[in-house]
Amino acid sequence: MRPQSLEEAWELNQKKRNRVVAGMMWLKMGTHSFNTAIDLCDLGLDAIEETEDEFRIGAMATLRQMEKHPGLDVYSCGAVKAALRDIVGVQFRNGATLGGSLWRRMGFSDVVAIFLAMDSSVELFKGGVVPLEEFVRMPYDNDILVRLIVKKRPGAFAYQAVRKQRTDLPTLNCAAAKVGDEYRLVVGSRPTRAMLLRDERGILAGGITEESAAAFAEYAAGAVPVSGNMWGSAEYRRALVPVLARRTLLALGEVR
Amino acid sequence: MNRPDYQSVGKSVRKKDSLQLLLGKPVFTEDIAPDALVVKLLRSPHANAIVEDIDTSKAKKIAGVVDIYTWEDVPGERFSNAGQTYPETSPYDRLIIDRHVRYVGDVVAIVAAENEKAAEAALSRIKVTYDVLDPVLDFRAAKDNPTLVHPEDNWHMLCDLGGDNKRNLVGTTADADGDVEAVLADCDIVLERTYHTKAFNQAMMETFRTYAEMDRYGRLHVISSTQIVFHVRRILSHALGIPKSRIRVEKPRIGGGFGAKQTAVCEVYPAFVTMKTGRPAMCVFTRKEAQTCGSPRHEMEIKVRLGANDDGRIRALDVTTLSNSGAYGEHGWATVGLTGHKSIPLYTGSLEAFKFTADVVYTNMQPSGAYRGFGATQGQFAVETAVNELAEMLRRDPVGLREQNMLREGMTMPAYFNEVANACALDRCLDHCRDMFDWEAKYPVRDMGNGKVRAAGVGMSMQGSGIAGIDSGSVTVRLNDDGTYMLVIGAADMGTGCDTILAQMVAEHMECSVDDVSVFGADTDASPYDSGSYASSTTYVTGMAVEKACALLKERFCAIAAEILGCPAEELAFEDGRVVRESTGETVSLPAIAEKSQCNSCQLAEATAMHSSPVSPPPFMVGMAEIELDRETGTVEVLNFDAVVDCGIPINPALARIQVEGGIVQGIGHTLMEDVTRTPKGAIRESSLFTYRLPTRLDVGDVRVEFEHSYEPTGPFGAKSIGEIVINTPAPAIAHAIYRATGVWHRELPILPEHILLAKPEED
Amino acid sequence: MEITIKLNGKAVSDDISADMLLIDFVRAHGCLSVKRGCETSACGLCTVLLDGEPVLSCSTLVARADGHSVQTLEGLQDEASEFVGFIADQGAEQCGFCNPGFVMNTIALLRENPDPTDEEILSYLSGNLCRCSGYVGQLRGIRNFLTSRNEEGGSRE
Repeated sequence: MRPQSLEEAWELNQKKRNRVVAGMMWLKMGTHSFNTAIDLCDLGLDAIEETEDEFRIGAMATLRQMEKHPGLDVYSCGAVKAALRDIVGVQFRNGATLGGSLWRRMGFSDVVAIFLAMDSSVELFKGGVVPLEEFVRMPYDNDILVRLIVKKRPGAFAYQAVRKQRTDLPTLNCAAAKVGDEYRLVVGSRPTRAMLLRDERGILAGGITEESAAAFAEYAAGAVPVSGNMWGSAEYRRALVPVLARRTLLALGEVR
Repeated sequence: MNRPDYQSVGKSVRKKDSLQLLLGKPVFTEDIAPDALVVKLLRSPHANAIVEDIDTSKAKKIAGVVDIYTWEDVPGERFSNAGQTYPETSPYDRLIIDRHVRYVGDVVAIVAAENEKAAEAALSRIKVTYDVLDPVLDFRAAKDNPTLVHPEDNWHMLCDLGGDNKRNLVGTTADADGDVEAVLADCDIVLERTYHTKAFNQAMMETFRTYAEMDRYGRLHVISSTQIVFHVRRILSHALGIPKSRIRVEKPRIGGGFGAKQTAVCEVYPAFVTMKTGRPAMCVFTRKEAQTCGSPRHEMEIKVRLGANDDGRIRALDVTTLSNSGAYGEHGWATVGLTGHKSIPLYTGSLEAFKFTADVVYTNMQPSGAYRGFGATQGQFAVETAVNELAEMLRRDPVGLREQNMLREGMTMPAYFNEVANACALDRCLDHCRDMFDWEAKYPVRDMGNGKVRAAGVGMSMQGSGIAGIDSGSVTVRLNDDGTYMLVIGAADMGTGCDTILAQMVAEHMECSVDDVSVFGADTDASPYDSGSYASSTTYVTGMAVEKACALLKERFCAIAAEILGCPAEELAFEDGRVVRESTGETVSLPAIAEKSQCNSCQLAEATAMHSSPVSPPPFMVGMAEIELDRETGTVEVLNFDAVVDCGIPINPALARIQVEGGIVQGIGHTLMEDVTRTPKGAIRESSLFTYRLPTRLDVGDVRVEFEHSYEPTGPFGAKSIGEIVINTPAPAIAHAIYRATGVWHRELPILPEHILLAKPEED
Repeated sequence: MEITIKLNGKAVSDDISADMLLIDFVRAHGCLSVKRGCETSACGLCTVLLDGEPVLSCSTLVARADGHSVQTLEGLQDEASEFVGFIADQGAEQCGFCNPGFVMNTIALLRENPDPTDEEILSYLSGNLCRCSGYVGQLRGIRNFLTSRNEEGGSRE
């Protein structure tokens, strides 16, 4: 089904066995069964709009569009590109959509990780504008994700991941940001949903140095619970958190 | 070494099928097969179970389902799926469908349907009640385990190789020379190490697939993606209980094999459906089936005892291998032999004694088979790593240590059936690779900052060229009426380029251009017998058949020309692509010979010849890896991998080089990222290319390949093999480099970042 | 459902089921170059151009391509012929099963970035798996093509 309005799409999505399809990249891997696939491709949600103070990225924009978007690249200090470029391959990223990546809120998502570091909100058709940080904690429902809104607050960003093979899912990923005066660190692929840490203890208050980055990394190691799956054991992830946190913060310090 | 100037041999000519492939023409099994019934297999979710009851009635009612077959419908004679020449060394342990299912994925039912959807629906509607038995999932505890994988009484082997189904034994092997215990007792150092390698998957891009139909004579006609058309015909004959004269097997282009398609993994199912229904049938394995119900490398545990003196002299090697054949015994006995016979001889230069013993066991896991390297890969990972461990322990340069002990040309190799290394440039390969790689500069560990270090490692390798005294290849070379040639072969080009390489040899012998030689193969109805393309045999064995056939054909030409000229054939000779009578200067052109042979003729302008070799001359290779290892994350980046290979004289240097590059990258894959793990119930977790990670082009670094020539007197134009040896050196070289970077030996493959980061330094 | 796709320049209409995948549609319509290598969007063998962009046809519903243009290697023979000979010279086509996807994505790369660096080539093609060649020969082939093309272009000026 290709509904012609969001209202129509939402109506369709209220039926239990109907599902919104996005990029469908991994649809065949699960044992999903549904009656009707609701395709939002006719709703004009595939654009990335940039205004003076925000980006508005439609749910059907592809990862490749975001990776190639000059405005996002400049604003994110290359971190969006860094987060997306190792996701499988160009063809995959031409199919995979922002909506698909965000909606499922998969723990390994590089997309969730990088945008969580920014001042991002999602616009839900019924639920309105919800901060991404809150959205990733929400249970799945029958609403429809319309777009992602990223406020262009002055800031700097960095992204790093550890993978056992270059285009594999990350074993652990980190995004670090300075948004306004606030430092943020996102740890994803724990492997559960990504976590956003703020510098509540003021560890980075004096700026990023070798020492402060290491101290914040230690804090992150204590604050971020990890577990094991096929991409890495809990023990391995536990060892990686402080390393990747420190490195990503140091990379953030190098930006600008 | 004075060698003639060749016109076609030694030239990097394009593969004959290259543009067809690169432009995406329909040349593969699924592209050329007409519409057919879809064949799908219901597979066991249990590692060991008896089918108590199976109810197909509901599934059969689904629209489009043609029929469903279970254990009750198939013949009761056991057979083997292994593609091997007589005397077959694999046990006859299979039925098309067995009531006793022996691994997660074993076949429970065959569904034949008009379309994919109906077939899929039928799979989910078949109701099976299993009597679930305890599985054997630890191959170290398989031998003499009270649980028998094959308790049946009609299990049998064609030759006695120590196999015993009542002990879970597929086979055993042993070989020795000298008193290894006495020499070990006299050594300054005895290293005892245990290595473990897993059931790595060939992961060829085209999964297993077969089409079957009844031909115009009512015979079974099979088109399959296989390396072994003649063996498939035999296997089908045994499995279906019909004579070989009723079966025709051909292969179109093959989307990769690497040994996987040396086993008849999927052929019997559509063939059985066609025999039952009389209708065309096609079976295409999903990637999940190829990953979990294919024919991967044998998992092995290899114990090495290495005896040496303080001066670095390696005096004794004792190798004990345990091989996990999985639920069926294909290639089990044959594979394990190479773990000793292809690793120990590398140190012939100094060895005083060796011992090699091996067991191959059944377990309730995916059956293994042939994978490029065929046991040598596992054995060399073990022995080469043990030698590197010795070098590090002695603080010796591992290259220098090898120079001190290695096999050299002219030596007799006691651990390789006393064959003589007639062509062996291993020493030059090592020297060459050291220079090319800049070993002196890269061997020292270099700290790059930020936790990253660079380090290097080395490994040597040998393989064989065909199976000595067994593999047989033949070709037919035929003159067309216009003076061009047809080469008909039974060997299988699976992308390797053997069609082209053999055509180059014909062109060289017949003094024509490679373009004037077209190639056909392989088809059991039309090709002369060939054991198939495996065991690094095609260039070496079938290439010699080309040489013989061409010599024979030249004699035929002279005999035909003699009729034309009315003179004795002895006065004639084949020169410059025509027949010449030297005494008179008369010449007879090829078209004239072809014409004569087709009109009022009793002589055919074609020749067929067969070849087998009593020896299997090893190619040699040295590989060196430079890695950058991140000590804080355990990740490894291969910066470059350099290799120098002695394959005798390369017939087609470009294709030889690609073989090496491709083999190295597969080796990097199973060393660093391809993993096989199982659930407690015995199901393989890495069941897709999403989880079984093949190297991408970002993972391989710079691979550089060069050659050192030797001249193999028993090979065509001095050639030996190259197809398999190329996969062997990455594992020991990279494991060595990882040790250099971390101080820890990883003796199990793959070596994942997690293993590196969490490993504790050894205390010894 | 009734759909129309511009397949290799020709309008193709068909009545399809809503869950039909683009790969099955194009193969059913004679584009047999398009190969299936996995079921998990991991191998790149099934690459086609959808409105000029390379996508995985095994992960694209035909329904979504309704009204759009789809190109397979069957429709890009001339463009492919410009460079595939350089791959053949290396022998880097090997078994050939991954070739169509690789060639299609190389076409997409060269349209988007006519003079890529080695790093850009490797990165753009990283979603195209090949089990035979070891990749480096394919890189040499593309590099040789670019060098030859650039030299030709240079000499004409």
